[in-house]
Amino acid sequence: MTAEIRDRIVAIIAEQAMLDPAEINLETSPQDAGIDSLGLVESIFAIEEAFDISIPFNANEPEKSEFDISTLGSIIAAVEKLVAEKV
Amino acid sequence: MIGRAIMGKAASGRHRVAITGAGTINALGLDVPATFAAMREGRSGIGPLDFRDVDRLTIRIGGQVRNFVPEDHFNRQQIVLYDKFTQFTLLAARQAVEQSGLIFDGELGLMSGVVLGTAAGGVNTWDENYRTVYEEGKNRVHPFVVPKLMNNAAASHLSMEFGILGPSFTVATACASSNHAMGLAFNMIRSGSSTVVLTGGSESMLCFGGVKAWEGLRVMTKDACRPFSATRNGMVQGEGAGVFVFEDWDHAVARGADILAEVVGFAMTSDAQDIVMPSAIGAQRAISGAMHDARMNPEEVGYINAHGTGTAANDKTECAAVANAFGPHADRLMISSTKSMHGHLIGGTGAVELLACLMALREGVIAPTIGYEEPDPECALDVVPNEAREARVDAVLSNAFAFGGLNAVLALRRV
Repeated sequence: MTAEIRDRIVAIIAEQAMLDPAEINLETSPQDAGIDSLGLVESIFAIEEAFDISIPFNANEPEKSEFDISTLGSIIAAVEKLVAEKV
Repeated sequence: MIGRAIMGKAASGRHRVAITGAGTINALGLDVPATFAAMREGRSGIGPLDFRDVDRLTIRIGGQVRNFVPEDHFNRQQIVLYDKFTQFTLLAARQAVEQSGLIFDGELGLMSGVVLGTAAGGVNTWDENYRTVYEEGKNRVHPFVVPKLMNNAAASHLSMEFGILGPSFTVATACASSNHAMGLAFNMIRSGSSTVVLTGGSESMLCFGGVKAWEGLRVMTKDACRPFSATRNGMVQGEGAGVFVFEDWDHAVARGADILAEVVGFAMTSDAQDIVMPSAIGAQRAISGAMHDARMNPEEVGYINAHGTGTAANDKTECAAVANAFGPHADRLMISSTKSMHGHLIGGTGAVELLACLMALREGVIAPTIGYEEPDPECALDVVPNEAREARVDAVLSNAFAFGGLNAVLALRRV
């Protein structure tokens, strides 16, 4: 399950950043991957659609969000939590 | 200066432009006096949204027009034909034309026009009819769907209502639509090609589809619009219209009209950078350009009605633009965002915000930025926090900076 979540999120971020999934790792931040604010909003939408979850994210205060988007690893952890809460 | 006042034309030979009527309907009130009263009191018109399926929205607050009964203003045939954005425009225009005292007969009808701004036109009509065909599965829609939803519907109905026979059209530049419209109206009169232009704008996106679309961008706040405050967390949508009578100065003086203010400058620029992120340089070029067009020294400007959306990106960019355009004088002028009270009327917003400029010039009252909680070092200007202020100002600017990087700034002077 975790591997599946990780792989799908890596695929979403990699597609948004126009990178090969092998080029990003868990420490990569969206900014490092070259994703701008609009790209980030689009990535979050894609993750919501992929896992049928609602991510609390306001582009005006991303750092204040309960949803930690600082690195790929933190995004995966936050999605895992939301997916677990859904069940 | 005396020569200018008598002749009514700037030294360049261009015509001067008077505002001789103003009308509005918005969340603060159903006319200009009610709107001024709310702005003086720093009263918010933002509250819980009330329309079909609001429970399916994440964002449930807005500056919705309340206590508006279409049947009080329009007959059955008109209501069937007018989307809400057109109804709002007609109401505002009736007030403005009545105040001006103009009747568009004979030569004046031929020499007058209508230039309005709206970002999205008849969104409620789109929304209702998509429901009909997609959700309810019906295969027939009302015959007036197209003439109701088209962006130029309001402009056309104003031309018909008042018998205006010159150029009439609609400008769509998202959040700068009204300022672009009023700037074009200004230039049509300044050039001598029109005598009177009804101008301003209207928007009515407060319906399920309209708000749902905005939710997608994740820039809306769930609680309150707090422009320039460090605690700001997004914009709040509003709805309504503002319409003004822009009139050739000589024509207005000759008939003894009460002139509310003079429109003296306008500039528009494009950022050419990003579809949503604003640019301080693009905004600054528009601000400086409007003053240049008006032959106005920065030191003359006492008040700026800010674009001030309450988003993280706009407010700091706008403050940087103002600081760069004005230099040391930036610390002496007042700048406020009335969106904190009436919400962001998108394509109609510049028109309703021009009212705050008229109030500053004519009544010496500066509308506040309400909801202000904490200073933001990136917005370190006098934003007139929370309470209106009495001050005599001789010149004002009104900023509008749209998605797509399209900027439009108007300059006005006290009469």
